Amino acid sequence: MTGRRVAITGVGLVSPLGVGNDENWRSLCAGKSGIGPITRFDASAMTTRFAGEVRDFDPTRWIPKKEVRQMDLFIQYAIAAAAMAVEDAKLGPPDDPERFGVYVGAGLGGLPFLESTHDSLREKGPRHGISPYFVPAIIVNLAPGQISIRHNYRGPNMSHVSACSTGAHSIGEAFHLIARGGADVMIAGGTEATVSPLAVGGFGSMRALSTRNDEPTKASRPFTLSRDGFVLSEGAGLLILEEWERAKARGARIYAEIVGYAATSDAHHITAPSPDGEGAQRCMRLALRDAGLPPEAVGYINAHGTSTGADATETGAIKAVFGEHARKLAVSSTKSMHGHLLGATGGLEAAICALALHHEVLPPTINLDDPDPECDLDYVPHEARKVAVDVALSNSFGFGGTNACLVFKRTG
Amino acid sequence: MTTTDIEKQVIEIVREQLDVKPEDCTLDKIFTDDLGADSLAIVELVLAFEEHFEIKIPDEEVENIKTVGDAVNYIRARRKA
Repeated sequence: MTGRRVAITGVGLVSPLGVGNDENWRSLCAGKSGIGPITRFDASAMTTRFAGEVRDFDPTRWIPKKEVRQMDLFIQYAIAAAAMAVEDAKLGPPDDPERFGVYVGAGLGGLPFLESTHDSLREKGPRHGISPYFVPAIIVNLAPGQISIRHNYRGPNMSHVSACSTGAHSIGEAFHLIARGGADVMIAGGTEATVSPLAVGGFGSMRALSTRNDEPTKASRPFTLSRDGFVLSEGAGLLILEEWERAKARGARIYAEIVGYAATSDAHHITAPSPDGEGAQRCMRLALRDAGLPPEAVGYINAHGTSTGADATETGAIKAVFGEHARKLAVSSTKSMHGHLLGATGGLEAAICALALHHEVLPPTINLDDPDPECDLDYVPHEARKVAVDVALSNSFGFGGTNACLVFKRTG
Repeated sequence: MTTTDIEKQVIEIVREQLDVKPEDCTLDKIFTDDLGADSLAIVELVLAFEEHFEIKIPDEEVENIKTVGDAVNYIRARRKA
């Protein structure tokens, strides 16, 4: 992207690995799993009875008590992550609110609130069964809406919805918006909270979820021969993107520079990736072109790596794009630890790339006990690796054949 | 149910719904201007009154219930009727 440079100056994370950046980063470096039995509802009749639930989340740290019950959990996670990101960036109230915007999406939106409302509708009828807050509680763009109200950000405000690519698309679009002069500061990323009967049952019905119920922490095992589906998870991952000169002028700490983004479509199938990962390949190539970097510049890829059959397709796509260099770069799927946060996952993984460049540590792929012969790259198995790489790339691929790729550069 | 009972219960519902301190929840307080309720909060409050006191408050009558005292008076009248 030619245009203004864009810095990542803040991060806000809510995930099964913790609430807060330090909690998440410590767990990622320690190779800790955040997956456990489902406690949010009675999952005994489900084929999958575990998930990545956010623990110890107290919404009243960020949201007045009476408002908490007026919004679904995915909006609460977004509000919390946004507040933490703004604080992390030491931004303070916006000096020019019309130049501050919010792109935060979700893949599914407020399913738990929808499900409980449908129950009460059947029980009490429409007058008493449906809260007047029902619609603003569940619609996706109330996540960025609520954030803008709380921080007085009056610039562009919307949600990009693209299943598991949502968070990455939101960040990429916000990056390009700042680069071409449409805003100076953006809160961007994804949020999701669907540890609910409809989502766990729905993905289960597709046979998309792991059913390793006796070993939840081993269930998300990308690139292994014994992988048997993804692990549904929840949380929010938001970044503060800031125009470079502005960030420099105020002496902000810069985690990394975001330098490239591309979006492509497979135009192939509702859930399966295109053969040879054609859409993914094209996405990585276009993102590198956007960054003006050759494939050889990349030292780390945070893979989409969901612990499904598609891990082999992604591996093949990486080999096709990077050729010989694919053997020299490090690839990891941090979903092995935090699970698949659906619409939020691209936001969390973009943040992990920025933190990895900043701290000069690559988080591992845990549970890589029995590598699939078709998955034969350096996946940083089991343990984090202390190494300073210059360029990192994050892949996100969603149902509908929608792909996003982000490129980050170390600033140190 | 005595007027005092109704008053106590109305105040309890208002405090719960609008998350206000006991000392702020007096009969003269206006839901919108004094207690921070928006139009959706008023709907929720009215539905809570309906459920608790087993009455129906038609939408066209809601606009006459502006204060905590209005609610007490309205509910007392409806309960007698």
